[in-house]
Amino acid sequence: MKLKNILIGATALVAVSAAAASAGSITVVSWGGAYTKSQVEAYHKPWIAATGNQIVSEDYSGGLAEVKAQVEAGNVSWDLIDVELSDAVRGCDEGLFEEIDPSILPDGADGSSAADDFLSGGINDCAIANIVWSTIFAYDSSVTSGVDSIDDLFNLEDFPGKRGLRKSAKANLEMALMADGVPAAEVYAMLETDEGVDRAFAKLDTIKDSVVWWESGAQPPQLLADGEVIMTTAYNGRIFNAAVAEGMPFEVVWDGQIMDFDLWAVPMGAPNKDLAMDFIAFSTDTQRLADQASWISYGPARKSSGALVGLYSDGVTEMAPHMPTAGPNLANALVNDFEYWADNSDELNERFNAWLAK
Amino acid sequence: MVPPVHFTERVTMTDSTDAGPVLAADGTPLKKKLAQALFVSRARAFGLVLPLLAFILVSFIIPILSLMVQGVKNDTYSANMPASTEIMKGWDGISEPTEKMFAALVLDLIKAREEKSIGRVATRVNREVSGTRSMFTKAARKAGKLEAPFMAAMLNIDEDWGNIEVWGAMKVSSQTYSAAFYAAAVDADYNADGSFERLDEKDRIYVYLFIKTLLVSLAVTLACLALGYPVAWLLASLPMRTSNLLMILVLLPFWTSLLVRTTAWIAMLQSHGVLNNVFVWLGITTDETRFSLIYNMTGTIIAMTHILLPFMILPLYSVMKGISPAYLRAAKSLGATNWTAFWRVYFPATIPGIGAGGLLVFILAIGYYITPALVGGQDGQLISNFIAYHMQKSLNWSLAAALGGILLVIVLAIYWLYDKVVGIDNMKMG
Repeated sequence: MKLKNILIGATALVAVSAAAASAGSITVVSWGGAYTKSQVEAYHKPWIAATGNQIVSEDYSGGLAEVKAQVEAGNVSWDLIDVELSDAVRGCDEGLFEEIDPSILPDGADGSSAADDFLSGGINDCAIANIVWSTIFAYDSSVTSGVDSIDDLFNLEDFPGKRGLRKSAKANLEMALMADGVPAAEVYAMLETDEGVDRAFAKLDTIKDSVVWWESGAQPPQLLADGEVIMTTAYNGRIFNAAVAEGMPFEVVWDGQIMDFDLWAVPMGAPNKDLAMDFIAFSTDTQRLADQASWISYGPARKSSGALVGLYSDGVTEMAPHMPTAGPNLANALVNDFEYWADNSDELNERFNAWLAK
Repeated sequence: MVPPVHFTERVTMTDSTDAGPVLAADGTPLKKKLAQALFVSRARAFGLVLPLLAFILVSFIIPILSLMVQGVKNDTYSANMPASTEIMKGWDGISEPTEKMFAALVLDLIKAREEKSIGRVATRVNREVSGTRSMFTKAARKAGKLEAPFMAAMLNIDEDWGNIEVWGAMKVSSQTYSAAFYAAAVDADYNADGSFERLDEKDRIYVYLFIKTLLVSLAVTLACLALGYPVAWLLASLPMRTSNLLMILVLLPFWTSLLVRTTAWIAMLQSHGVLNNVFVWLGITTDETRFSLIYNMTGTIIAMTHILLPFMILPLYSVMKGISPAYLRAAKSLGATNWTAFWRVYFPATIPGIGAGGLLVFILAIGYYITPALVGGQDGQLISNFIAYHMQKSLNWSLAAALGGILLVIVLAIYWLYDKVVGIDNMKMG
């Protein structure tokens, strides 16, 4: 009897010390600003509270360059990184990311399996989606009014003034074609042909002299606020944040929006790989994804989270209409074709750069 | 008067006492002893510069050499796809691909899929012909299940596998050492049969950018000279107390972070910035027609000129400081007008300073990166911004290396030209 007690006590001690030993720290890298804040509130804090581990949060501005540099130098300091879909696929192909076993993902709150619960394309070999974001365009309603379709972004006659566009071929070519009258469903088929690409560039040519190019997600709301541009493409969450949290008079135009995933990926050889995997499973469960949506207007990657999305953290703004995935917003929406961009981004960006520099 | 005989006597005496080699105090020959002492002091001096030498070697020479190598060497394909690399050496790049080549390709695809290197290979070939990336990853997924004849099986997956262009891209990629990246860096295509071809007009960019970078650097150098020469003259000719104060005004921005100065120019020049607001207030322009002074070439040249100005003023100042005012006074007393005195006497004496300042500013301007990136907008981008682009965004490090290599050669050529025309000894830094 006594021996048994001692054994139980010893086992408990071992268990406690094991738990203490597992308390570690991971470095999570994301896009900064309002977006990172939403992740800290919805994912980081609950995970730290639940596991006792620590999180070091770092910012980057997208792309695979830093991951590639770390992996090739064999000196990986990041454990988890928030990437775009085309980068996730490319990084996986190039051996920059660890494979993720989808069985670590919990079932949805409504009982559906993770495979059914995630939006199609959300579970990849090396990356698990957390949000659906969108490239939209927005305008300052105190300066401009009557803007409601993607055509207006390219309409200098009725809306004279500077435009902000992201300095890359991606999203601009698609929007140019949609503004030129190509239905969303045919955009990528059109871009597969040389004529389609020429047509997109020709459309961009019509506004080229009026464009201010931006590179990081924080710039477009700033350009609008400074009056540098009268309308600009942007990530929808950034405009939402400026409009709702900071009270700027910015309006989002959902017509011609281009939806994309953001995903978690673990760099090959990450120092705390197991903890990072645990964090992925934790942060992409139904509740956590729904929680994030109350901090920023990006749609959760799980269907089961949709029902749980409620009010913005200010307690009055209904989040649902601000989601890229909300019914009315989907009327003329495009889903980013990651395969197309993984194949063609090199060539199109070269041409885009050549076009831009002249 | 000293008798000459006495002198002769002394010489004879010395000769007779030191018939053998001159000895030091400890008995070793003086010559040897001197050589030893010299060696020790040389070794000590060498020991002192050794850390610097090692530092330069590790942080400068070796990276530059490896950069030059990376511009011509890329073994992504040959290291991961050995069978098709081998068989493609015998292919002329023009004739139809054979069954043997397909068989080797399938073998390689299976191996590359297992080793998870297929993505890197696909990315490499995709740089030559766009759209091949997904052909490779798709074929690799199915390669394990393919059966002979492989040509038919591969064409079944994607009929583009019969396209000679795709095979040409594979042949170029399979060459561990190739001119493909240097060709791309001068807007040319390197073909499988070893020929070069200029790109379409709409895809050409780098030659244009190299020329633009050189012209911008020249413009910035001339602007710095025009602005810096009078300032340096003022600094050198004013009384010490005033010139010291002015010198601080030159040095203060020099010590301020480059980023701060560039950002300050954004605040000054943007369309709702200080300058434009003043223009509108003065009625020079209206609210609708504000000048675009930033995010274009104008902004780049203004900001770069300001940032590089001290590099022109300081060498000029140190040279002018050394020119005695007496020369000018002498010229005038001999009847020269102010202009003649300046142009014939003062100006030639400042040429070493102009040479040093000009070369410094020009070479710094050629490699300028941060300022054009921040204020250049679309047409103010220079070649270094595209090197950074290929390092950071497209991950085409070999092309970045080739562009960097060409830039280095241009800088060395300019340096050589300067040495030939002006002479590097004729340069005075301070």
